[in-house]
Amino acid sequence: MGWAIALHGGAGDIPHSLPPERRLPREACLRHCLQIGVDALTSRKSPLDVIELVVRELENNPHFNAGRGSVLTTSGTVEMEACIMDGKSMRCGAVSGLTTVVNAISLSRLVMEKTPHLAYVGYGLQYIVFYQEYHYTTRMLQGIETVDASHFITQENVERLKQAKEANRVQVDYTQPVEKDVKRDELKPDGDSQIGTVGCVAVDSEGNLAAATSTGGLVNKMVGRIGDTPIICAGTYANSLCAVSATGKGEAIIRGTVARDVAALMEFKGMSLQEAAALVVGDRVPKGHVGLVAVSATGEVTMPFNTTGMFRACATEDGHSEIAIWDS
Amino acid sequence: MGRGWAIVIHGGAGVDPNLPLHHQEEAKKLISRCLSIGVSALRCSLPAIDVVELVVRELESDPLFNSGRGSALTEKGTVEMEASIMDGPGRRCGAVSGLTTVKNPISLARLVMEKSPHSYLAFAGAEEFARRQGVEMVENEYFITELNKGMLKLAQEANSILFDYRVPNTGSETCGASMEKPLIMNGLPISVYAPETVGCVAVDSQGQCAAATSTGGLMNKMTGRIGDSPLIGSGTYAGNLCGVSCTGEGEAIIRGTLARDVAAVMEYKGLGLQEAVDFVVKERLDNGGKAGIIAVSRDGEVACGFNCTGMFRGLATEDGFLEVAIWD
Repeated sequence: MGWAIALHGGAGDIPHSLPPERRLPREACLRHCLQIGVDALTSRKSPLDVIELVVRELENNPHFNAGRGSVLTTSGTVEMEACIMDGKSMRCGAVSGLTTVVNAISLSRLVMEKTPHLAYVGYGLQYIVFYQEYHYTTRMLQGIETVDASHFITQENVERLKQAKEANRVQVDYTQPVEKDVKRDELKPDGDSQIGTVGCVAVDSEGNLAAATSTGGLVNKMVGRIGDTPIICAGTYANSLCAVSATGKGEAIIRGTVARDVAALMEFKGMSLQEAAALVVGDRVPKGHVGLVAVSATGEVTMPFNTTGMFRACATEDGHSEIAIWDS
Repeated sequence: MGRGWAIVIHGGAGVDPNLPLHHQEEAKKLISRCLSIGVSALRCSLPAIDVVELVVRELESDPLFNSGRGSALTEKGTVEMEASIMDGPGRRCGAVSGLTTVKNPISLARLVMEKSPHSYLAFAGAEEFARRQGVEMVENEYFITELNKGMLKLAQEANSILFDYRVPNTGSETCGASMEKPLIMNGLPISVYAPETVGCVAVDSQGQCAAATSTGGLMNKMTGRIGDSPLIGSGTYAGNLCGVSCTGEGEAIIRGTLARDVAAVMEYKGLGLQEAVDFVVKERLDNGGKAGIIAVSRDGEVACGFNCTGMFRGLATEDGFLEVAIWD
């Protein structure tokens, strides 16, 4: 038992030759986010607070595919989505199609905790996926910072979109400018690419779990495309056994009901967190497509991936901590 | 090779016990008609995926239930429809949300699955895709019925969210003043009625399963609100062992990941189809959530389960079982 936290900045075909100027800032961000998360856990903040805090940090960092630094749609715009789930109550909130909200994860949390429907009735819907900010009333957006849509766009992503359009495909966001690093057979027009997305899962010393995921989606995605991130069974899940955040090819994650299956294997087959996560990543999704981070109620951590790499970090109360990109 | 075809259709869970007989008859007639269409298709060896689409199109085109024409209205008096479809072999899936001019949402969901690089498209992006695919488009008015306009008015007067269930259509003056204990779903004493989400699951003679769900969502919902019907793993799921479609309280279905869980307990606990449905209804709806589930197995079995008063349904198997029912 004891607290534990794991976070990711996306799984994908991250080349081993990733130059230092692209690798170091990401590692630094992972390190920074891990520290924030650990500090929050040790000062006994709730897992929901911890994961929101960490994911906000990842969203604000332009090097990851969420918030600022989100990859671009085929129209050159940003459409962000996020999801948060509380393991104890199993309440959840998700948003999609956001264009001006600085921190999608915080809006997800607001949706989970305080929907307008609750203003009408005592009970009511606790999970609503809203599409696009203009659907929200000002009351709803209270406390949620919005900015001009251009804030989220980075030059790196403008470049990525250009390359994707030139190659006429939906693309892995960790594709490097150097073409030879891109594996053509993974970039099928019908396949989502594995990428980006940021996420965080945490458990406190009482075994309370929470999961959060946030993303800009796929480079050159169709406008209006929703990925796995805001889908509870797929990209994000938490119950009383574990909390999971997945990353990679959205379609594979949806079909493989990845996040739910990790918990289902633990619940229905009595597997351990490690076994369950390894099985899902190894068997339920095609190779090269998926990664995830997960923690259990008893303070275990696992971060399996079947892609070249996954930006990740974790720490547990008993002192273990790790920041990595590729296989050790 | 399968053990015979089978099909189940639903028109929503949660029915007022006082629903006037003529309404009950109308609903049963529609279900019977759609069931016949599905059975004929299965007898002609149409694959399950074609059958579920065909049947749901029929249900969408009829104004009686809450999908396509006859959809519940948003708070703005418009219709926003969503649907999802899943093909067991290969677990391919497609989903759509926020449709306002697409005549048959389930068919667009199928096109997303087969003709787009993604699994889920929403709002303007989905409509644009629809236009490019040349599907039948109509004005939003086409979907709006006088009955639902009346419902919306009552709902707004009651300032509450409505849900899939019915009360006697004796006119607005009696609504809210019913002597009977009002049917409660989602914590709301329902005072007006709203039509129902629809779904179809089928297994063909090759043992292939498929599932489809379609809805207009909650009466008086906020625009942009997405429910459980388009979410793979929650409202819809199909794999090698079974096809599942759910209806009821969106929140309960989403956090309970009902559709995936039926398949998961079959896969991971070795439960039979009806056992699995019963298990999910009992265990995954344990904190008051109300929902109904229909399912077929690759072995040609049918099953349904619900923990609310009634679910409009029709079931048929190759070995002659046939049932159209509303109540327990």
